[in-house]
Amino acid sequence: MSDWRVRHQSSLDEARYNVRIFFKDKLAVIGLAIIVFTIVVAIIGPWIAPYPAQGRGDSNLTERLQAPSARHLLGTDNYGRDVLSRVIYGARIPLIISFVVTAAIVLIGVPIGGIAGYFGGRLDEVVMRICDVFLAFPSLILAIVFVAFLGPSIRNAMIAIVISWWPWYTRLVRGMAVSLRERPYVEAAKTMGVGDFHIIARHILPNSFGPVIVQMTLDIGTVILAAAGLSFIGLGAQPPVADWGLMISEGRAYILDQWWIGAFAGLAILILVLAFNLVGDGLRDVLDPRSKR
Amino acid sequence: MTVRAYVVRRLALAVFVLLGIASITFVMARVVPSNVAQTYVGSNARPAQIAQATKILGLDKPLYQQYGIYMKGLVTGDWGNSLRTKRPVLSDILHFFPATLELVIAALILATIFGIILGVTTAHMRGSWLDHVMRLFSTGGVSIASFWLALMLQILFFRMLHLLPVAGETSITVAQAHPITSITGMPVVDALITGNWVAFWDAGRHFILPVITLAAYPMGVIMRMTRSSMLEAMELDYIRMARAMGVPPRVLLYKAALKNALGPVFTVVGLTFANALTGTFFVELIFAWPGLGYYATTSILGADYPAIVGVTVMIAFVYVIANLVVDLAQAVVDPRIALR
Repeated sequence: MSDWRVRHQSSLDEARYNVRIFFKDKLAVIGLAIIVFTIVVAIIGPWIAPYPAQGRGDSNLTERLQAPSARHLLGTDNYGRDVLSRVIYGARIPLIISFVVTAAIVLIGVPIGGIAGYFGGRLDEVVMRICDVFLAFPSLILAIVFVAFLGPSIRNAMIAIVISWWPWYTRLVRGMAVSLRERPYVEAAKTMGVGDFHIIARHILPNSFGPVIVQMTLDIGTVILAAAGLSFIGLGAQPPVADWGLMISEGRAYILDQWWIGAFAGLAILILVLAFNLVGDGLRDVLDPRSKR
Repeated sequence: MTVRAYVVRRLALAVFVLLGIASITFVMARVVPSNVAQTYVGSNARPAQIAQATKILGLDKPLYQQYGIYMKGLVTGDWGNSLRTKRPVLSDILHFFPATLELVIAALILATIFGIILGVTTAHMRGSWLDHVMRLFSTGGVSIASFWLALMLQILFFRMLHLLPVAGETSITVAQAHPITSITGMPVVDALITGNWVAFWDAGRHFILPVITLAAYPMGVIMRMTRSSMLEAMELDYIRMARAMGVPPRVLLYKAALKNALGPVFTVVGLTFANALTGTFFVELIFAWPGLGYYATTSILGADYPAIVGVTVMIAFVYVIANLVVDLAQAVVDPRIALR
């Protein structure tokens, strides 16, 4: 057994135990499989989509609004584009948005929360009052209003979601930092002359990772829904990009007769978001043993 | 902290938060756009209109004076005129608001009743196949895009089953033959209190699909919260004691445990209010429901900036008041909250 393994035996055992608990939750495992499958589909989309050019936006007006058939498994939309190819290409935006936006929210929210909670005092007061203002308003509506003024685009939609979401993480981490700063090992580090920012980076933030990761997994689904909602109103992804929210919006005018244009895109959103939420539930059981399910 | 001090503190916080939201909106509306006057009067306005907007908004003055004018307008009720309806934004908003309130309240009541019943049932049947199915169901409720659910319900209940109308607040024929006298501005409630049964039946049928759509998310959240909170309550000493003494499960669940589990549940009901409000932006658009959400989305699509600012401030106001009421009600029911 290598030296590294010996020194980290207890952490390895704990990790192995956690993985076993997670995999006992069948729904969480199914969720994880769906996420992996979606990522794979998004990557190899150009090779598996039956009509890659239409997935990218080319129209084919001779085959408009065709019902699902052997030729077009999920039918075609109002531009004659193959809906299956559009659904496959559409997996990219929600995945990219969810990871980039969630990462940005955490990178902004978590350090601010750690700093405010650790130092306390007037700085903490100011930060928390700013958070109060943001948290006292429905986040998605704030994002919608932001984009309305910034101008519709997928980039602005992402910026708007980040701006309206970070305070949730600031408040979460700040609460933990307040209790962590009283811990003996933090006091000890301080007495030994370790710098404040070193303490925050090495002791405060790592110890609040558990709840942050659980919150992130649960929020990824919400972020996907928020981005799809912005695209549905016309403030997010712009045509001819394939995006599930935008596809539902494009299919809305035809929904009663050519239901397949919007129906499958929405189903894809439901399945992916459900998968993230199931994984989040599973992770919470592992990382937050007090929670009851 | 005494209850009185708590109430004072919560009120002060509410005022502060409202000022904060109004300030954020000011930054978005006045600092972010490159040409504010142009933004406010629309892209094809005449130079005279732009000059007038510049004067009314005080755009030729320094930013802090503009802020003063803006805040004074908000407080005195002068919220500017809508570019599309040409009417004062505030009166537009007050006109559209009751229909939204009716939807949101009905959705939350529906979600609370079914969420609690299903949550208690699944807590009771923990680990059974029904529990797993219901977990998928409640997680599905928080994973579904409301605008997609709305469209699917239209297909099912209008196109396939021919049971319910596709959209709108009332049918035109019924509205002409049996017009609803507007008292509260909420069609279903107005029809009910004026005893206008034909219109009540008609408005009620229009009401069902939007309410179900809006209730999906809150119901999922409330159901999950009730379940986990019940499981915790079932392990309290006196409940175990009661069970050991042979108190029947039904009494145990609904009388003893539920009472203890309800605190956290009502906190989430308050939180889902934000979600229901957000949902109206999508649901009212799809069901052509003439409420605040419909007004908001059409204002955004029509680049009606004075209206967008107005709606934002109005929603902040409603949401802050709702939170205040929930918090104060909880403090009255459970004084420990105020003392924390």
